[in-house]
Amino acid sequence: MTWRSPLALLRDAVLSQKAREKELRSLVSNLPFEGLGKSKQPNRFFKPNAIKTNKYTPLFFIPMNLYEQFHRLANVYFVGLAILNFIPVVNAFQPEVALIPICVIMFLTALKDGWEDFRRYQSDKKLNNMPCLIYSRTAKHYIERRWKDVRVGDFVKVVCNETVPADLLLLHTSDPNNVCHIETSNLDGETNLKQRNALPGLCTSNDVFEPESFNCTVVCEKPNNNLNHFKCFVEKPDKEKTGAGIESLLLRGCTVRNTEHAIGFVVYAGHETKSMLNNNGPRYKRSKLERRLNVDVFFCVLLLFIMCLIGSLGHYLWLKNLSDVPSFLVSDSKGHLDSPSLSSFYMFFTMIILLQILIPISLYVSVELVKIGQIFFILTDVDLYDEETDSQVQCRSLNITEDLGQIEYIFSDKTGTLTENKMVFRRCSIMGKDYPHKENANRLALLEETESEENVIFSQSTLSSQASRYDEDSSPVDTHRHGSRHRSKMAVNRQSSMAFSSPLETQVIPDEKLLQQISRSERSSSGISDPYMDFFLALAICNSVVVSMATTQRQRVSSPSHSHKTNNPLESFSVLVKRTGSFWKVFDSPKQNGSSTSAHKRSDDANGVQPRALDTVTLSARPAAASGDVCYEAESPDEAALVYAAKTYGFTLLARTPNSVTVRVPSGEELVFEVLDTLAFDSNRKRMSVLVRHPITGEYVLYTKGADYAIMELLGTPYAEHLSGQQKKIAADTQYHLDCYAKDGLRTLCITKKIVSSREYQSWLADRKRALAAIDGREELMMASAVQLETELTLLGATGIEDRLQESVPDTITALREAGIKVWVLTGDKPETALNIGYACRLMEEGDLVINMSCKNKVTCVSILDCTLEEVRRYHEDPRNVDTTQKISLMIDGDTLAIALSPDLQDRFLDLAKRCRSVLCCRVTPLQKSRVVKLVRDKLKVMTLAVGDGANDVNMIQVADVGIGISGQEGMQAVMASDFAITRFKHLKKLLLVHGHWCHTRLANMIIYFFYKNAAYVNLLFWYQFYCGFSGTAMIDYWLMIFFNLFFTSTPPIMFGIMDKDVSAEMLMGVPELYRTGQGSGEYNFRTFWISMLDAFYQSLVCFFVPYLAYQGSDVDIFTFGTPLNTSSLFIILLHLGIEIKSWTVVHWIIMLGSVALYFIVTLAYSAICVTCNPPSNPYWILQNQMADPMFYLICIISTVVALLPRYTFYVLKNSIAPSPLIQAKHLDRMEPSVRDMWMKEWRSLRGGTEVKESRLSTPPSPTLETSVDFYPGFGDAASFVGEDMSLNVIGD
Amino acid sequence: MMASSYNAKEEDGHHSGSSSHGGPGAIKSKKPDNTAFKQQRLPAWQPILTAGTVLPAFFVIGLIFIPIGIGLFVTSNNIKEFEIDYTGVEIDSPCYICAKNFSWNSTTSCVCSVNFTLDQPFESNVYMYYGLSNFYQNHRRYVKSRDDSQLNGVESNLKQPSKECEPYRTSDGLPIAPCGAIANSLFNDTLELFHINQNGTKQRVNVTKKGIAWWTDKHVKFRNPGGSSNLSVAFQGTAKPVNWRKAVYDLDPEDPENNGFINEDFIVWMRTAALPTFRKLYRIIQKKPNSTPTLSSGRYVMEITYNYPVLSFDGRKRMILSTISWMGGKNPFLGIAYITVGSICFFLGVVLLVIHHKYDTRTNSAEIPN
Repeated sequence: MTWRSPLALLRDAVLSQKAREKELRSLVSNLPFEGLGKSKQPNRFFKPNAIKTNKYTPLFFIPMNLYEQFHRLANVYFVGLAILNFIPVVNAFQPEVALIPICVIMFLTALKDGWEDFRRYQSDKKLNNMPCLIYSRTAKHYIERRWKDVRVGDFVKVVCNETVPADLLLLHTSDPNNVCHIETSNLDGETNLKQRNALPGLCTSNDVFEPESFNCTVVCEKPNNNLNHFKCFVEKPDKEKTGAGIESLLLRGCTVRNTEHAIGFVVYAGHETKSMLNNNGPRYKRSKLERRLNVDVFFCVLLLFIMCLIGSLGHYLWLKNLSDVPSFLVSDSKGHLDSPSLSSFYMFFTMIILLQILIPISLYVSVELVKIGQIFFILTDVDLYDEETDSQVQCRSLNITEDLGQIEYIFSDKTGTLTENKMVFRRCSIMGKDYPHKENANRLALLEETESEENVIFSQSTLSSQASRYDEDSSPVDTHRHGSRHRSKMAVNRQSSMAFSSPLETQVIPDEKLLQQISRSERSSSGISDPYMDFFLALAICNSVVVSMATTQRQRVSSPSHSHKTNNPLESFSVLVKRTGSFWKVFDSPKQNGSSTSAHKRSDDANGVQPRALDTVTLSARPAAASGDVCYEAESPDEAALVYAAKTYGFTLLARTPNSVTVRVPSGEELVFEVLDTLAFDSNRKRMSVLVRHPITGEYVLYTKGADYAIMELLGTPYAEHLSGQQKKIAADTQYHLDCYAKDGLRTLCITKKIVSSREYQSWLADRKRALAAIDGREELMMASAVQLETELTLLGATGIEDRLQESVPDTITALREAGIKVWVLTGDKPETALNIGYACRLMEEGDLVINMSCKNKVTCVSILDCTLEEVRRYHEDPRNVDTTQKISLMIDGDTLAIALSPDLQDRFLDLAKRCRSVLCCRVTPLQKSRVVKLVRDKLKVMTLAVGDGANDVNMIQVADVGIGISGQEGMQAVMASDFAITRFKHLKKLLLVHGHWCHTRLANMIIYFFYKNAAYVNLLFWYQFYCGFSGTAMIDYWLMIFFNLFFTSTPPIMFGIMDKDVSAEMLMGVPELYRTGQGSGEYNFRTFWISMLDAFYQSLVCFFVPYLAYQGSDVDIFTFGTPLNTSSLFIILLHLGIEIKSWTVVHWIIMLGSVALYFIVTLAYSAICVTCNPPSNPYWILQNQMADPMFYLICIISTVVALLPRYTFYVLKNSIAPSPLIQAKHLDRMEPSVRDMWMKEWRSLRGGTEVKESRLSTPPSPTLETSVDFYPGFGDAASFVGEDMSLNVIGD
Repeated sequence: MMASSYNAKEEDGHHSGSSSHGGPGAIKSKKPDNTAFKQQRLPAWQPILTAGTVLPAFFVIGLIFIPIGIGLFVTSNNIKEFEIDYTGVEIDSPCYICAKNFSWNSTTSCVCSVNFTLDQPFESNVYMYYGLSNFYQNHRRYVKSRDDSQLNGVESNLKQPSKECEPYRTSDGLPIAPCGAIANSLFNDTLELFHINQNGTKQRVNVTKKGIAWWTDKHVKFRNPGGSSNLSVAFQGTAKPVNWRKAVYDLDPEDPENNGFINEDFIVWMRTAALPTFRKLYRIIQKKPNSTPTLSSGRYVMEITYNYPVLSFDGRKRMILSTISWMGGKNPFLGIAYITVGSICFFLGVVLLVIHHKYDTRTNSAEIPN
């Protein structure tokens, strides 16, 4: 290193700052500069790849940590008080001693921070020292270096299963198509493989990429944290520019899969990489309870202020009343006495110091400890563990556990949250003809049964030996069937990394008619332009599914120590095969078991179907067996479902590269389609398209699939004029089928095709290229170009995909509703689908009044809103409808919602919505979801919870007070944004009803108790001021006072906050109504706080004045007087907690008795040792002396009894005369389980029953409103529906 | 923390990877342990506070407290106590002149005598107290104004008293022993008791002045400095407190065991009173071995060397004679309190009994009121 002038250093610093700030960065290869000094390096301004996430350095830990800690106002307050104590005129205690509590607390916090930081440091070190391959010009090949050595401008080679060390622009891969597969689970948790393409046109010469010949300039944007966006272009020496986007970027932290090696150019390193920029650390949310807590801390400050003022005033009056200078008034060293007003001014501060613990110093620390304990118990709950995915609940925010107990509104996503998001192909409609796939439906029904009665059916299936026909390796399975079953189950768990491939989703039984139709058209028209063929080709091609052969699939392991795992994919696949085999047996089993009456009908069906189905199976099995090990990895499950469906009909997607798709058609031919472009799915267009060139006809064909409403508008009449009538009919029929599907709760997609003429294509291509090369507004241009092409589509057909409800969803929703929580479902689905799901999951029930709002413009919307609101109000006021307030459901679609959310209408909308029991919003966008949540949260001032599983729920999850992510099929983005992550919707029930309730009551009671405790204790000192001339004397030894708060009475409330159990989990689950205690202000509110403060005042009065009166006029000295006060206040405070504790376990006993024992041991030891150690107090032998005096015990007993008598009596009277539901539940809890269940049922029906009765009486409130029947078929009998259902089907314009 | 999080992920990957091939035994499931503690199912006692369950507690408290209260009350009433105020505020008071003419600097002491009559004889040991009112011995700065180490005989503190003793730390450049405001304001009246016989002669009542301080104070907490038996030598180089008439080593010249810092009157005074009206033990009149009462009824005279000023703060000085019981001096409060609380509990018990019959039966059958 050569010496450089400071000026040069400064200039460099300025330059690098400038270079980093620039919007665009130009990067060149480092290789020509290798070995030169740092100042010669072209990319020296950009950050190196070494990362440092630890905040502190060992040298500066103390000042930096102190600085951090003083950001907390409470710490400043307490340190300020401690410093105040050093001022001689105001000090109340030994100044050094006053520092102890705050020092202890800050020391503990520092210790925690230091440990966390050390962990970060270690993990940084580990990452920085990970090996990677960097090209070296001198060595002429890639040499192994460390991650921290990677610099911007280097060439890095990443081999299979290695983690990418920095953000790399992909230049070359071992793949012949120059693609690279990565897994981004480290970044967003998504486990499916993503394909990245090397930058085209760089190494056309040969297969080997030579970094030294790379002489282009890479121009890229300033680093940002958007993981899905990247803009850059590469400028060759001849000024030719090639654009590149996120599809060519390998992000730091991703893992390369299925690709032998990939070579990339480092564009961002270290802290500038996207993954590091995304790394913002844990989010800090403040719970409602904590906000309330801060208000009460403020009240405490006020109270403290008043008390100090009283003390100061009292001191002034006391001094005024002294006619002369008495001998007990000590002047300062010069013999001078302050004037009464001045000394009373000083006294004010002395009082603050004396009474400071009225503001609970340890409360914040205790609350944090309690929350850690609560989270521990949530995490260890075995009921929230999901066997299938081997995952438990995750708590991502550590400080809002108690908010779970106060939820009033739940906003739920539908897909993947209420439903499984395991897409199953159910039926399709092609050219206006419906293919219902009845067998497939039967199979699904059966499969559902097998899930519930797994074992029974399984034992039946062991009988079946015929079934082995369908099973390629049945013989080994047959012999130890149970073992294989077990193993396959485990395999499911382990194979969770493999997305969307359960037998449920991969297996489809083809519709026989459709098969015949296909084979007919195959024969007739050589299968080229037949709509049936086109339909399935579209299914197979128009997607972004990645095909991976089982043999090459997901080679996770690279290190030799795990070499035994190399067999893994093969074996797991064979397990998979066995499992699918066993499924076939399961399907077969009813046939074997004809005697069973329940299965009889179905087995008849199966018998009828079987012979034909057999053919179809062999038909579909043929290509599958040949191509055997094709696996699909899709980004969304419905794509996979469609590809599997196409496969069933013989259209097997064999390979996908960026430029081609290989499909095997039923005839066995393998067609390679050249992919000209892919117009990816976006939520605005709601469709995706693939433009291919047909290998046989050579036509440019655009296959588009998308939501029906997005497609239907784009249909043209490309065939011929005379066919338009037929097209119209097809469209109408398909639309009818779509509606039917939607009514069955199926997700619908339309499949279309368009033949693009060559001229049209060329002109479009030019636009497209312009769009691609653009750096600004690229998204808009891309979309515009996509829209430009997607016109005049020809409808081929539609598909219906079933997304089954998760288990126990209806039960969970009912329970949540009984718990007083309003459930809103926000979905992107069609209204019909949504409504159907709404009924299926009992969000709405038969007999509910469903208001359906759908309008296109604002005027109608306003009038509908007003009119409905009027009706609903009238409905509520109707005396016949008392108690039926909860019976209205609102259904609203996205467009109407957009209008209703406008500022002038939102109040009316909310007024309406809050009168409804449940609200169903369909066709809403992610942004609307979050707007709805925000509106409800802010306007109604309620606690909201949002639950969702996909990226489209992230906004909503972040906006809500509590965000819950469901770690399901759609990646981890929702989980990453959430506060809690669960695996199934049903877990919400226990999470809220049990843990939420517990956490809330525990913490609420703990905080109230904490305020009480400090107030009760500190008031003893306050009362004493009236008898010591308001001079600020403490009659309790200061050490003992510190110990009192730090040791003797600190653990019991923490234990109380973690472990108390007011009602058992069974009761809380059984009687969801109990949840209501936590809603609104909950158990910690203005009233409970002040009651406990008043109680604290009363108790301290008793605790002070009983000893006062008992010792009045005697020869008792200060600290002897203080001892019974301290002791009885310990008993009072602990027994007060004893009254509050609802359930005493061993832990409770140990801690409570331990606290008392600790008090006596410590105080006795202290009194025995400390002869002159803590002037001016004289603790020596005082407690010993007192304990030898019966008076001491008599005083302690009576003050404890008198202090606690009112609270105790109040509880007894309240519980006897007007027991709260919680107490009733506790009574039930004590009964025999059978009796208890009976009572629980009765309790629930008591509430539900009245509603049912009442609703029978109710009639539609207004004859003017249109009542619709056909909208909701299949629910109850139509007659009862007419009477009770009101629906506003006003379609504006 | 992205950095640490992908480490964790990596580990997870290894787990799942290795478990998939380690056979069924090697599977490491994340399933939480199904233990009573972790599932919050520890056996627990869950009391419900209802009239029925707490009834016995109320009756028991009532039944225990009332007898205790009666016992305390009777005991307190059996204590004989006699109190006489000798402050000299009123003009007809014998000490009026002494009280009026008080000055800390006067060298001659003012003596006054107060006559009183005991109506009843005092049988057992009689404790003689002096009582002060309105004297705030518990004032914060007063309480602090002492040096415990000095009183414990630590040489260095004898010469260098703690600065807490200010302004009574040094006098004319010499350290004060004992320093501080408490010592400085030592109660220095002398009270002597005489019995006036039938024939009118005064007979001194014998009193003990030892055994009035705590044993631990006298033997552990308070110690004279230095090893030398001659206290005046030990205290050489120190000054007497400003208000004192005599030096600390002259407090009880006759008895070396009661002189200097371990003088019991001094120790008693140094134990600062908790409340502004207090009494302090002054002397003990031992019970006579024969059956004659300790103090027979009759006329007495108390001779007071009036040194201590209290008028400046409207204080009062009293002399109290009292017998003592196991519960200390005469104080009916605890007895009354116990009786009252006991009765209240008993009454509440009855009320709860009524409530129990009206309501609890219903709750017990778990009928759920709506």
